[in-house]
Amino acid sequence: MSRALRRNGWVLGLVVLFLALLAFTKAIQPGFGASGLESLARAALPFAFATAAMAVVVIAGGIDLSVASMMAVASVTAAVLMQGHGAGAPTLPIVLAVLGLGVAMGALNGLLVVLTRVPDIVVTLAMMYVWEGAALLILNAPGGAADPALRAIVLGPVTLPFVPAAWTAWLPKAVVVLAVAVAVVWVPLKRSRLGLSIYAIGSDATAAFRSGVAIGPVKVAAYAVAGLFAAMGGLSVTMGTGIGEPIPGPYLLAAVAAVVLGGVALTGGQGGLLGPIVAVFILRLVRLDLTLMSVDPNVTAIVEGTIMAVVVMAGGLIALRGRRA
Amino acid sequence: MAETDSASPVLDATGVSKRFGPVVALHDAALRVGRGEIVALMGANGAGKSTLVKILTGALRHDGGTIRIRGREGHFASPAAARAAGLVPVYQEPSLIPHLDVADNLRLTRTPREAFLRWASELGAPDVPLDEMTGRLPLATLRILDLARALASEPEVLMLDEMTAALPTDLVERVLKVVRAQADAGRSIIYISHRFAEIAAICDRATVLRDGATVADLPVEPGVEEKIVEQMLGAALTPVVPAAHAAAAVAAAGPPRLRVRGLSVGPRLSDVSFDLRAGEVLGVVALEGQGQDQLFDALAGFRRPDRGTIEVDGTARSFRHPADAIAAGHTLVPGNRADALLMVRPVRENIALPLIARPAKWGPINMREEAAIVAEAIARLQIDTRAQGEARRLSGGNQQKVTIARWIATGVRTLLLFDPTRGIDVRTKRQIYGLVRDLAAQGAAILFYTSELKEIQAACDRSIVIFNGRVVDEIAAGEATEANLMRAAYGLTGRDHAAGVPA
Repeated sequence: MSRALRRNGWVLGLVVLFLALLAFTKAIQPGFGASGLESLARAALPFAFATAAMAVVVIAGGIDLSVASMMAVASVTAAVLMQGHGAGAPTLPIVLAVLGLGVAMGALNGLLVVLTRVPDIVVTLAMMYVWEGAALLILNAPGGAADPALRAIVLGPVTLPFVPAAWTAWLPKAVVVLAVAVAVVWVPLKRSRLGLSIYAIGSDATAAFRSGVAIGPVKVAAYAVAGLFAAMGGLSVTMGTGIGEPIPGPYLLAAVAAVVLGGVALTGGQGGLLGPIVAVFILRLVRLDLTLMSVDPNVTAIVEGTIMAVVVMAGGLIALRGRRA
Repeated sequence: MAETDSASPVLDATGVSKRFGPVVALHDAALRVGRGEIVALMGANGAGKSTLVKILTGALRHDGGTIRIRGREGHFASPAAARAAGLVPVYQEPSLIPHLDVADNLRLTRTPREAFLRWASELGAPDVPLDEMTGRLPLATLRILDLARALASEPEVLMLDEMTAALPTDLVERVLKVVRAQADAGRSIIYISHRFAEIAAICDRATVLRDGATVADLPVEPGVEEKIVEQMLGAALTPVVPAAHAAAAVAAAGPPRLRVRGLSVGPRLSDVSFDLRAGEVLGVVALEGQGQDQLFDALAGFRRPDRGTIEVDGTARSFRHPADAIAAGHTLVPGNRADALLMVRPVRENIALPLIARPAKWGPINMREEAAIVAEAIARLQIDTRAQGEARRLSGGNQQKVTIARWIATGVRTLLLFDPTRGIDVRTKRQIYGLVRDLAAQGAAILFYTSELKEIQAACDRSIVIFNGRVVDEIAAGEATEANLMRAAYGLTGRDHAAGVPA
């Protein structure tokens, strides 16, 4: 097996699994088509951003339990700022401000972890409550508004001038938004020395320190990037629903699950963002299929957990076999 | 900056002190390295060597004393600052990031790739797989790549910590040659090693640390070894007596304690047979990666052999779990202490662990009995217990003594020592040889793999030589000169008798 294949084998496997699930969905629900795909993508969008945020921190050897709460802060901040403006809202500055707020929240998480030397899981657990409270202070019940132009960015399929609509009908805008947003941040980052440093401190902090990597600032940067993705996630909630949601959605544990399923080891230093994001779609699709098969929702949770355990264990076995050969 | 005078040292540290809470690690350490000089930094474990190295390379901050670099006072706030100032360390544990490939590791430290490849090939690693994860490369290769990366950054002062440990002999020679050539070209090198042969071969001076202070700065000349040892120990000591114990202890009666026939494990170990009797210390000689790891893994129950038999006291055994091997009386002391100890638990628990590990003994612990057994083992091995609250705070030599002590506390039948003296100072090494002989005299059977050929003569009754997964020779203590062992280890068995084991 070539090295490139071995390295990307996990992601390829996930893509194959996703395609198989799509085929299965089509089989049990012949009416499943472009619109089904579109609603799947739109529902998956906040989960995907939460997962990207979690993945960056986990790669750096940490964990961020405040992802969903930061998303709530970003969501309500955007909704409150856009409220009352109608169509003429200064949307772009608001979006940039919310993204900046995300970076600041993440950086504060990182600073606390680095300066207090309290374990990540404890600091971010505390910050989970702090951001949750902050979100409720900003907006104490779901409300606010979103610029319809902003909402249109994620609604419906992609339409391109001079291209027949039928050609692009299968491609939801939400997927394009996700791909662009993640790529703009992650691709340049991964090719930079900061990106390598994020992998380095997660892989072996001592070796990284001795190689001259400044552990503290790199960790703060990783948390700040996570904050940025969380802000994107919060915006996507507001864009999807048209209002701000002060109560954090079920994104935290779903993000951890997708990160693990996506090939990012919780011990740090391994994996990327593509695998976890594909894993988000797999987990959403499994849930959709189980609903279509009218399985009891409680059984659905059991099945999801079982799939995760089996896939991760199978991956472990394959890796073990590869090492022996 | 002023022009550097060739007489003034590049690095000059004097009166350096460092405390960790109540423990004084250094109180008066000094080290001077001139341009083009190789200075050996020597000291027993716990003398403060690692602390001084960490201070010089920016990983720790010193409490007192002055450090001058090219005449200017200063210290490095971080390893990055030390690197930027031209002081580049190569540590025993490679500082390459395991989950990044080689090329990304170079990018991380801004190392020029061409220079790196040139040095790697010079050091005996010509085909570096740049797109391979470094975590998948063998340790010897990693250390060579780490050194190549350090050299490629053109350091002013190179600090090498046990650079030749874990390297096969041919690579050791290349490394020594390159290091000496670097010094001749004007670079300064701090060379930390326990191997006197290497120090004699390439070093100009030797600085000796004892109990946190520099006690000697000696020019390296013939006969300096004994002087260095004297300074390290603080007292004159008798030279190692080559094993006068020879085959005397080997009783011929009855089946051997351990009989291995046709053992084959994975691709590395293909056909190994030998007998080990009670009261005998059997040395295992092998170059890096000849299958000795797999042999010890199989004997300790970590891996199941593909073919062959293991007989203990005449009965065939198969080990499915290390507990099976332990039940059969096999106890392994690995070279890497971290594999054997619970690093954050106290010394006492580490020693007592085998007493309480089996589920049948999960009930209440007889604390008084345990304390007595542990105290006896600590006394017998002279373990320094000042930092006994957590095993990781002990020095390397003391950690290794704890791994041996736990098996002495439980009583040992067959002891498997896998390079037990790796990175340990001379004094502790000699204590370990003495202990090995004592255990053998009390009836233990001991299999002793070592990467240092001298140890075979110091501790073993006879030795088997493994080359390319097979036993190629058996050498009695009397013939175990380094030259004989070395030739055999390379598979050059010019001598008459074949492997002395019946088929």
